[in-house]
Amino acid sequence: MTEAEIRKAFLDALTMIAPDLDAATIGGGDHLQDDLELDSMDILNLVTALHDRLRLNIPERDYPRIATPDKAVRYLQEAGA
Amino acid sequence: MGVFTMPSLGADMEAGTLVEWLVQPGDTVSRGDVIAVVETQKGAIEVEVFEDGVVQGLMAELGAILPVGTPLARIGAEGAPVAEKMAKEAPATNVPAAPERELPCREAAPPASGPSQSKPQPAPPPRPKPSARARPAASPAARAKAAELGVDLSVVTGTGPGGAVVLEDVEQARAPAQPLDPAAEMRRAIAAAMVRSKREIPHFYLSTTIDLEAATAWLAAYNEVRTPDDRLLLGTLFAKAAALAAAQVRQVNGHYLDATFVPADTVNLGIAISLRGGGLVAPAISDAQNRPLPELMLAMKDMVSRARAARLRSSELTSGTLTLSSLGETGANEMIGVIHPPQVALLCLGAPRIEPRATGDGITPRRVVTASLSADHRVSDGRTATRFLTAFDAHLQTPEEL
Repeated sequence: MTEAEIRKAFLDALTMIAPDLDAATIGGGDHLQDDLELDSMDILNLVTALHDRLRLNIPERDYPRIATPDKAVRYLQEAGA
Repeated sequence: MGVFTMPSLGADMEAGTLVEWLVQPGDTVSRGDVIAVVETQKGAIEVEVFEDGVVQGLMAELGAILPVGTPLARIGAEGAPVAEKMAKEAPATNVPAAPERELPCREAAPPASGPSQSKPQPAPPPRPKPSARARPAASPAARAKAAELGVDLSVVTGTGPGGAVVLEDVEQARAPAQPLDPAAEMRRAIAAAMVRSKREIPHFYLSTTIDLEAATAWLAAYNEVRTPDDRLLLGTLFAKAAALAAAQVRQVNGHYLDATFVPADTVNLGIAISLRGGGLVAPAISDAQNRPLPELMLAMKDMVSRARAARLRSSELTSGTLTLSSLGETGANEMIGVIHPPQVALLCLGAPRIEPRATGDGITPRRVVTASLSADHRVSDGRTATRFLTAFDAHLQTPEEL
């Protein structure tokens, strides 16, 4: 996948689990918990959605590496998405 | 013409949940007719109307928790112009939001409408009022649009020069009704319950700091070998430990009704869920003490998603016997909460944190959480509350048994 495709997949998953968010207004550096106010249940749902869409099983210890869209895109690329 | 409000169905009633409308806009009602069913803490109660007339509009949404005095419906004299319009425009199905379209007009309308009303005004009204004139002032564009959309110009509030109706006003009048602001309604419901709680319940509070190393280590190992959809959250462990402790210490689990504590024979654990966009609900998971962790996790996931979609069942909102409220992963260390009546206790958890703790001969960094129990002194005392917190702590030290 290209970086743009990965970013789109990530933002799609994010807006699916938090439908009040607008992908167009989410900044690459926005912190999922501090800025977008996701809680632990939301993060788990996000990781589940990414697992379904990208076939990537993100372990818990790597959750900090998807803390912002920019970080997540980098991480997902490295992980082989 | 009158506004039918949520009646007080008992001295202690702060709010009721509207569960069913038995009338539609346009129906003729007579004094004494049952027009709605309201769920209260005393069960479902059929509510009667106090006057003869025609239902002009339903102003409250089904399922909403409404404080006493909240407007529920408008009842007007038979043949009133608004009623005719309603009957014509409102679809046959029960769409509570539809009549809200009329709200701006209602706010602006004088108590007794008529052209004479506008004469003795000492100061010009903030917004020109619709009048009964045959031909209201309106721009040609507004007139054309109104004809096209079938909007009655005489009921549109004009914002143009001299109160003339302009195109935008017609489009506004035509726009789908805005439902009652759910966040404001939610806040009112919370306010009613919390005011009642603070007025009636002699709260007392105990806090303790609980070591989470065993629970987090067990959880990390559990989740390590599972795909995301099968993983658990620390909150699942907290919920199970709280339910097990409540099953052991019955004085914190039940309802206080009619000056008597009624202990529950199971634990329906209310989980406080903050809604994105504001507000809080605490639906309950029934028999939480008997559910294995994966099942409890699924129930929590399901409830959170339904709470956010506002699709909770009324039973979930009334059956809770003890509530758990957690701040989540980050935030304040400690939270001291207000009990949700008729429950008699509330367990609050601060955000887990790493703290230096004395262990053996040394000091080591440990992950801990501060648990606080708010309890009702009419039912229990410090000794009981301590037993509950001790049991909760003990369950978290043996996560494999949860």
